Amino acid sequence: MTPASRPFLRSIRSPRPYLLLLGFAIVLAAWHLVTAVLDVPMFRKITPPAVVLKEWFNPEPFFGVSVFTSLYYSHIAYSVYRAYTAFALAVLFGVPLGILIGWNRTFRELTFPLVETLRPIPPLSWVPLAILMLPGTEPPVIFVTFIAAFFATVLNTVLGVRSIDPSYFRAAECLGFARRDILVHVVIPGAMPHVFIGLQIAMGLSWVALVAGEMIAGKRGLGYMIYDAYSMVQIPTIFMGMLTLGLLGFFSSALVRYLGRRLMAWRSF
Amino acid sequence: MALSAALWRGIAGIALFFALWEAASLVKLPFLRFVPPPHVVLENVVQTIQTPAYWSAVYISAKRVAIGYVIGVALGVPIGLAFGVSRVFRDTFFPVFETLRPIPPLAWVPLSILFWPSIELTVVSIIFLGSFFTVVINVLGGVETLDARYLRAAVSMGATPWQVFRKVIVPATSPSIFTGAAIAMGLTWEIVVAAEMVSSIGSGQTGLGAMMWQAYVGGVIPLIITAMISIGLAGLVFSALIWQIGAYATRWRRVV
Amino acid sequence: MSGGLSVRNVGKVYDPEGINVVALQELSFDIAPGEFCVVVGPSGCGKTTLLNIIAGFDTLTSGEIAMDGNVLTAPGRRLSPGADRMVVFQNGALFPWKTVVWNVTCGPVLQGRLSRNEAEAQARQLLARTGLAGIEGQYPGELSSGMRRRVELVRALMNDPKVLLLDEPFRALDALTRSVVHEHLLELYDLARRTVFFITHDLEEAIFLADRVVVMTTRPGRVKKVIAVDLPRPRDHRVLTTARYGQLEEEALEAIHEEARKAFETGERELA
Repeated sequence: MTPASRPFLRSIRSPRPYLLLLGFAIVLAAWHLVTAVLDVPMFRKITPPAVVLKEWFNPEPFFGVSVFTSLYYSHIAYSVYRAYTAFALAVLFGVPLGILIGWNRTFRELTFPLVETLRPIPPLSWVPLAILMLPGTEPPVIFVTFIAAFFATVLNTVLGVRSIDPSYFRAAECLGFARRDILVHVVIPGAMPHVFIGLQIAMGLSWVALVAGEMIAGKRGLGYMIYDAYSMVQIPTIFMGMLTLGLLGFFSSALVRYLGRRLMAWRSF
Repeated sequence: MALSAALWRGIAGIALFFALWEAASLVKLPFLRFVPPPHVVLENVVQTIQTPAYWSAVYISAKRVAIGYVIGVALGVPIGLAFGVSRVFRDTFFPVFETLRPIPPLAWVPLSILFWPSIELTVVSIIFLGSFFTVVINVLGGVETLDARYLRAAVSMGATPWQVFRKVIVPATSPSIFTGAAIAMGLTWEIVVAAEMVSSIGSGQTGLGAMMWQAYVGGVIPLIITAMISIGLAGLVFSALIWQIGAYATRWRRVV
Repeated sequence: MSGGLSVRNVGKVYDPEGINVVALQELSFDIAPGEFCVVVGPSGCGKTTLLNIIAGFDTLTSGEIAMDGNVLTAPGRRLSPGADRMVVFQNGALFPWKTVVWNVTCGPVLQGRLSRNEAEAQARQLLARTGLAGIEGQYPGELSSGMRRRVELVRALMNDPKVLLLDEPFRALDALTRSVVHEHLLELYDLARRTVFFITHDLEEAIFLADRVVVMTTRPGRVKKVIAVDLPRPRDHRVLTTARYGQLEEEALEAIHEEARKAFETGERELA
């Protein structure tokens, strides 16, 4: 099959960088226009980009948070710690479970319906229950984030195992592989591409759930920072939080993608 | 018959889950201290679905989901196609899009509340964002993996660019469009919960998410679980609906 | 020498969605030890099904298959795949995530028959024999399709099979590559003269490679004709222009063309 154009994942690096800049410029200009130049009633409460940027890079920020304050980095550190811990747990439990479900028919028939019944429950709606079940403030937030990443990981791992060409299994049988050999040399490597797609999705979902959890139950972190800023009508800080989240989310996914490419060197041919 | 065996095993798995839950409650396991056992939840479910307030909440959430979702799809499909078809458009605006996409929908809530005049619009706009980004990415993926030979075949038969677009690109990407739509629908229910939970403080109509949050705040714990189940089920039903529509619209894909 | 196969009255009935599909019906023929036997037939005639049954991926519903006088499989008797009946698959089943040398040596090493070093030494030799020296450390994705097929052949041979089962292995290759790979295959065959069970729909390939060609009917599959190919070995591509080859081809073509027409008219498609 011949693709019509380059894989879009790589198109982040546009071949025409000036168009990229143009795109950002247009959006920023529109933002500026609508908040600072024209007096559009709907946008009256929104601060213009210039103000946001000034506050963000202000050594003495009006609302207490900027690139120069340790508070900003403290929020980031908490969020990153929670997101990555939850993600790590999701991978630790989700991938083996996914492999088991994907590979063993009996186990799949026993457990998959249960998984599919629990999966549609939005991670966010686990928050009240999580608070009731787990002590402190960290565990509930991490748990909710874990749930989001866990189901995505399991699902994609199962898909990965089940999409392995049956010929590989047959070849392994002819070659006299024991069950353990099939697991290590066929199932796990064969499922890896799908698993990594799942991990990227899981990473993205981790951040989504994390923010939600932090807004509701956390005392630090970017989600909390945004919510706190909102309650005190510190709009530039809201923007800072959102954009920082965007950047962190993007880089986290890129990191997973990069690790995937390294681990699956055989795919680059 | 093999089908029955699988069905029985599935039921057994779920039944085992409930049995363990019930047993753990009886044994008074520490972290289940505040979690009611299944039979109490079941009671609550039966009670709740008989109240008009419940169905009103379902309707309110469903309405918000439907509106936000439809707008998300209505804007997402054309923009996704535009990204796929026009190199210039993509090079210009895709980076901006990719910068905004990782921002969790919930992080948009405070800004939305400040911006939109009503809670309804806030919730709907958040839902729109969630479905919009997902749909665009999936549609773009569909265009990217389009077999170039279809395009060449059309052109060699004398099709104009617009004809190629309408008769080849759109139908060929429709499986991806529907997949993206189904995924977006699932996500949308998650978002409606979040949006309603965060904005339930004060006024506005009570959707399922708000109902759940109020149950938590009010200490009516079985109701929390009832709400969780309801939201999950609603998400499932709506997603299945989209799947069915998609399967019907792309029935040419059924391989004999 | 061992590796003789007896196919006796083999029948296979599928039951997809309640409609009985008779894939094979009273199919009987023998393969002598060390013989290169090619089964030709139109799409859907059941040749892949037969290969799968011999390999152990599928079961038969009637008749039996025996190897060297011992019954391999019969109704109700499960046959496991094994190294004694190594398969080379149609679309290739080299593990893309392992290097060539790992692919080729994994069988003997994991079965404990050879140490890693012994296996690798043997592998190097065999690979060099087929003109593939130096690619041991590469991944299958880096190789051309012709090279991949040859590596898969080497992998199969490294397991010392009694019977080599080849499932239209060169179908995906272009005609020129295919003729080169044919010659490589025959060279490998001449080294050890193992029994080969080869299925294809390509008549020229069949006659060029085989000692005997078994022509199958369209579904339900039966033996239509057996043609002994008495072209001398070792063979190379020049044999394709000899008079004897022409006669054999004519004979086979008559038998198979009729079946091909029948298959075409009933719209047969490959089952497996």
